[in-house]
Amino acid sequence: MHGLSHVPSYVQRHWLTLVTHTAVLVSLGWLGWQYGAHQLGVNPIQELTFRTGKSALILLVLSLTCTPLHTLFGIKRILVLRRPLGLYAFLYASLHFLIFVGLDYGFDATLIGQEIVEKRYILVGLTALVLLVPLAVTSTRGWMRRLGKNWKRLHRIVYGAALLAVLHYLWVVKSDIREPLLYGGVIVVLLVLRLPPVRRMVQRWRDYRVADKELRVQPPTADQ
Amino acid sequence: MRSSRTLSWVMKKKAMSKIPSSEITPEHIYLSRRAFMRGVGALAAGSLLLGACAATEPTTDVPDDLQVSADTDELGDTLTSYAAITNYNNYYEFSTDKEAVARFARDFRTSPWEVAVGGLVRHPQTFDVSDLQRRFGSEERIYRLRCVEGWSMVIPWVGFPLAALLQEVEPEASAQYVRMETIYDPQQMPGQNNQWYNWPYIEGLRLDEAMHDLTLLATGIYGKALTPQNGAPVRLVVPWKYGFKSIKSIVRIDLVETMPTSLWMLAAPHEYGFYANVNPDVPHPRWSQSTERRIGESGRRPTLPFNGYAEQVAELYTGMDLKQFF
Repeated sequence: MHGLSHVPSYVQRHWLTLVTHTAVLVSLGWLGWQYGAHQLGVNPIQELTFRTGKSALILLVLSLTCTPLHTLFGIKRILVLRRPLGLYAFLYASLHFLIFVGLDYGFDATLIGQEIVEKRYILVGLTALVLLVPLAVTSTRGWMRRLGKNWKRLHRIVYGAALLAVLHYLWVVKSDIREPLLYGGVIVVLLVLRLPPVRRMVQRWRDYRVADKELRVQPPTADQ
Repeated sequence: MRSSRTLSWVMKKKAMSKIPSSEITPEHIYLSRRAFMRGVGALAAGSLLLGACAATEPTTDVPDDLQVSADTDELGDTLTSYAAITNYNNYYEFSTDKEAVARFARDFRTSPWEVAVGGLVRHPQTFDVSDLQRRFGSEERIYRLRCVEGWSMVIPWVGFPLAALLQEVEPEASAQYVRMETIYDPQQMPGQNNQWYNWPYIEGLRLDEAMHDLTLLATGIYGKALTPQNGAPVRLVVPWKYGFKSIKSIVRIDLVETMPTSLWMLAAPHEYGFYANVNPDVPHPRWSQSTERRIGESGRRPTLPFNGYAEQVAELYTGMDLKQFF
């Protein structure tokens, strides 16, 4: 740690959070700049819609990865990323929606209403976004305290929202559905890993592996 | 307050009980965990930045000797720029990414190239593409192109009516449809290795549609030879139908008795029909068919029946339920 001695201890303790905020905000700023500078190609509104939607899904999946990483592998410090990742996912999903109603459909209520009724993928995507609203609102410490045990129950909705987001993606791709299926698969695996029996099984396996490795450590011999 | 009291009680209880071996982390695991964390952070940051950095540089240079007779189509709509036409292409044989097609198609060989015309005709013939212009002439046609995905362009094509070529081979009385086929060459067309689709690309028209004067075999745009990403050396243009009907890089044209099944009809029969006439009243599960985004414009504009060519072509479909025959 000699080389890092000049780095403030705040940065040493919170580098993971700092990296997350920087990565998200820099990429968001970059996207905004690209749009403003006409760098988003031939169909910029569509590109903006795709990029914000994809980012929202990636961030949502990353936020869901934190808890299993902790419960299964004991990586505790990653838990602080759950809230920022979840909130950034919500931010991107909101931008995605605003681009659709504003930039794309010019806030034309009749046209937007017709699209929501006519296209199941829009209805499903909208439902996912609506489900994220109470989660974003109750993401503060105050709400966690007020809701007590119910906070955890409420926030299990995030899995529903994530699966609906994947369905939204699945229905919007033309025919090659491998990528949305990949996201769906990851979410299902993360969900399964949280089931108490599976979690206990993986933890037992991990304990066994650790014990096994300790036994196999040999003292160095002269010819090595 | 109550929850924090509960928490401290739990912690006390935990401290009192024996610590299981699983909670003591050996040093090598602890260290590799740090490396892993760094990896996760980098991966997360990387995936976001990667998503933000997709290259959007135009890959085709705009020639300085473009030739065009007007700035607008007959409705007064401005022509789409050459750069946009040659950098935004739905051509799955090269890539499903419309803005990557130009790059993948850059070295596509379009010469020598022959088009075999046969089936139910009196004089089957194989045409050398370099002969087409001499035999059938060429003229400019400014057409709107409406993609089924809800975007559109206005393109100054150069070509000749398909009818001229069909008259030359003389369809037999039993010929009802025209079936067309794109080249199959996975070596040059990496997208043809994609097993999701039934290559080669097939499209077709009813004989009266094929003989209609608006139906064009195009060999150029803006007075220049077609670029590979736009379907060089020769492609179909049917302006009143969704873009996927306008098959590219044609090697075979056959006159047949029964309705050909196109690649898209096979891939998703409930979404893509044989007729595929531009129709704002037949919705699609994904894209708006009542509105469209004209490339180069922001916002949306209403989609016109038959893409604005109803006056010329609606009579071809008299008595047909176009919601059934979509």
